[in-house]
Amino acid sequence: MATIPQTPTVMRRPPMAGLGGSPALDWVRRNLFSTWINTAVTLLLAYLALRAIYGVVSWGLINAIWTVPLTATGTPDTKVCRELKGIGACWALISEKHRFIFFGTYPYEQHWRPLICIMLFLALYSVSAMRRFWNSNLIYIWIVGLTTIAILMWGGVFGLDYVENERWGGLVITLILATFGIAFAFPLAIALALGRRSKLPAISTFCVTYIELIRGVPLISVLFMASVMFPLFLPEGLTIDKLLRAQVGIILFTAAYLAEVIRGGLQALPNGQYEAADSLGLPYWQKIAFIILPQALRLVIPPMVNSFIGLFKDTSLVVIIGIFDLLNAAKTAIVDPAWQGFGVEAYVFVSIIYFVFCFAMSKYSQGLEQEFNKHQRR
Amino acid sequence: MASGPRALGRRPPSASVRFSLSDPTVRGVVYQVVMIGLVAAVGWWLVRNTMHNLEVRKIASGFGFLTREAGLPIGDSPFIDYSPDRDYLTALLVGVLNTARVAVVGVILATILGTFVGIARLSKNWLVARCAQAYVEIMRNLPLLLQLLFWWALFRESLPGPREASNFADLVFLSNRGLKYPTPVPDAAHWWLLAAVAIGIAASIAVARWARLRQEATGQQFPVFWASVGMIFGLPVAVFFLVGIPLTWSVPALRGFNFVGGGTLTPEFAALLIGLVTYTAAFTAEIVRSGILAVSYGQSEAAGALGLPRARVLRLIVLPQALRVIVPPMTSQYLNLTKNSSLAVAIGYPDLVSIANTTINQTGQAIEGVAIIMAVYLTISLSISAFMNWYNQRIALVER
Repeated sequence: MATIPQTPTVMRRPPMAGLGGSPALDWVRRNLFSTWINTAVTLLLAYLALRAIYGVVSWGLINAIWTVPLTATGTPDTKVCRELKGIGACWALISEKHRFIFFGTYPYEQHWRPLICIMLFLALYSVSAMRRFWNSNLIYIWIVGLTTIAILMWGGVFGLDYVENERWGGLVITLILATFGIAFAFPLAIALALGRRSKLPAISTFCVTYIELIRGVPLISVLFMASVMFPLFLPEGLTIDKLLRAQVGIILFTAAYLAEVIRGGLQALPNGQYEAADSLGLPYWQKIAFIILPQALRLVIPPMVNSFIGLFKDTSLVVIIGIFDLLNAAKTAIVDPAWQGFGVEAYVFVSIIYFVFCFAMSKYSQGLEQEFNKHQRR
Repeated sequence: MASGPRALGRRPPSASVRFSLSDPTVRGVVYQVVMIGLVAAVGWWLVRNTMHNLEVRKIASGFGFLTREAGLPIGDSPFIDYSPDRDYLTALLVGVLNTARVAVVGVILATILGTFVGIARLSKNWLVARCAQAYVEIMRNLPLLLQLLFWWALFRESLPGPREASNFADLVFLSNRGLKYPTPVPDAAHWWLLAAVAIGIAASIAVARWARLRQEATGQQFPVFWASVGMIFGLPVAVFFLVGIPLTWSVPALRGFNFVGGGTLTPEFAALLIGLVTYTAAFTAEIVRSGILAVSYGQSEAAGALGLPRARVLRLIVLPQALRVIVPPMTSQYLNLTKNSSLAVAIGYPDLVSIANTTINQTGQAIEGVAIIMAVYLTISLSISAFMNWYNQRIALVER
C-alpha cells in the first residue's frame, strides 16, 4: 500500500471563529467590518446617515410648528415659522392648505365628492392588483368605476350640483389624469402593437411612424400641442376645455409607450401558440382575442405597472400648461403672501404622497415579477 | 399539361373568383386602402379646420417670423453673444445650445454617478448597499418635475442675496443669483491651445493603434494611457508657455445690486442639472447593477486563474461583457435625460422649449413653434440612437 506523502503542515491559521460565536456579531463583522477600508466606509456612512436622520427628525418633528395663530385681519400669522426657518418645519402650512392640496378649488361643502373619488381610485387599483380579478370582469369593473367617478366629479345628475372642470384640482386631478390616461391608452396601445406586427405594409408603417414619432419627443411638446394646437385643429365653434385636451394628449402619448410594452408580450409568446391557433382554423380576430392577448397581456403586467408609475409621475407635467394637479396645488399654496418661502415644506408633503403611491406600485410590480419567474428558479 | 391526370376531378381555380373577400391578399389590400383613406380623410379634415381657423384669427402661417426681432431677454447664453434685439432664430439657437449643454453635461455626470451607485448596490458592505438602495428608491419614485422645483426652491430660499453673498477669497461668490467665478478673458492665442489639444488627441489615437499592432505582433506592451495623458494635457501646457502665457482673468465684483464680470452658474442651470443627474442616476444605477450581475462569476475567476491582476480583470474581462447588457437600456436613459431637460421651462432655465414657448406666446405661431420643438428633439433622439446603435454593434458579441 503506497503511503500517501504527508502534506507538510502549513502554518496557516484556522479560519477565524466569529467573535464570541454569536451569529449576530459574526454577521456584523463579515458585512460591516471585514477589512480596514470597509470599517472606515461603514463608520463614515453611519456617521453621515445618523446626522441626516437626526437632522430630518429634528427639523420635521421635534422643532416643527403644527399650527399658527391668526392675525387680527384673519390671515395666518407665520412669524413664529419665519423665526424658526431652517431649524423647524412649518407644517402649519399643511394644516391650513391640505384641503386645497387634495381638492383644489372644488366647492368647499362638496369636498366629500372628490374624497369618494380618491377612495374609488384606490379601490380600483386594489381590485386590479388581485389576481382573482384578472379576467374579462375587470373591464366591467373599470367601466362602472370610472363612470361613477365622472358622475361624482361633474355632477348635474341625481341631484348633485354641476361643478365645471375649471374648479377641479389637487390630488384628484393627478389620479384622474393618470387613471383615465392608462384606461383609454390601453385599447389604443393594443391596436398599435398589433398594427406594428401586421404584415400589411401600410398599417405597420403607420403604427411604427406614430410610435417612434411620439417616443422621440418629450411629453411637454405633446402637452403644448394639446394646449395650443388642438383648438386650431377643431372646426369653428367646437371647443373642448383645457383639462380634456391635456387628457387627450396624455392618452396619445401613453399609448405609444404602452404599445411597445405590449409588443414585448406579443413577441415573447412562443410561435407555437400562433401556429396552433392557425391550425385550428381560427380567424385573425378570434386568434388574437382568445389565444394571443390573454397570454401576452398577462406576461407584460409587471412592465405595464411600471409604465403606470411613469405616467403617474409624468402627469405632474401638466403644471406647465397650467392645470391644477397635486404638484400645482402645492406650488400655488405657497403663492399666498403669508406662506411665501415655505416651498420646501409644501414640496416635501406632496413628495410623500407621490412616493407612497409609486413605491407601493413598484413593490407590487417587483413582487409580481418574482412570482412570474418562480418556475425559472429552484 | 392540360392532359395531365386529374384523378380527383378538381378544376383549377377559376379566374373569375379572383376578387373575393375570403382571399387574404385581397382582404389585406382592402384593409390598407381603407386605412390610408381614413388617415387621409382625418388629415384633410384637420388641415382644412386649421387653415380656416388661422384665417379667422388672422394668423399668418409660415416661418417668416423667425427673422423678426425677438425682444425676449435670455439670462443664460454662454456660447452666443445674445441680446434681445436679435431675431427669433438666434434666440431659438441659444435655446438649442442650452439644451445641448445641460444634456451633454447631464449624461456624463449621470453615467458617473449611476455607475458609482450601481456598484455600491452590489457592495459586500451592508450599510453601503442599503444606502445606495434607499437612494435609488427615493429618486425613482418621485416625479422629476417635483425634484426640480424642490432644488430650485431650496436654492432660492436658502442662499443669501447678492449683497450678503458667501465670499471665497474675493474670487468666487455664492448667492441666490448663482455661483460667480472668475473666467479667463478670451484671447486670439487661445486658438493655438485648442489646436494643441486636437493634435494631442489625434496623436494619442495614432499611438494607441500602433501600440495595439505592436502588441499583437510581438507581445510587448506600451503605456498607452500615460502617453495619451501626457500628449493631451502636456502639449497644450507647453504651447501655453511658448506663446507667452496669454492669460488675464475676469473676476466677478459686486456693483450695486448684482455682480459684473466672471462667469455664472445660474441657480436654474444648477437645479436642472442636479435634478436631472440625480434622477437619471437612479435608473442608470439599476442598469449598471444588472449588467454586472449578468456576467457570470466564472469569467472573473477564469481571468484570475490566468494571473491577470484585479484591475485588468475588470477592464478586459468583466466590463466588455457587462457593457453588452448595459448599452441598449443606457441609450434610452440618455434619450430620456435629453427629453426630460425640456422640464427646464418650469424653473425658467432658457432651454429650447422655454424659448419656443415664449415665442409662441409672443407671435401666436403655435404650429410652427411646436413643430420646431418636435423637429429638434426628433433629430437629437434619432442621432443619439443611431450613434448608440453603431456603438452597440461594435461591441456586440461576434457569433460564428
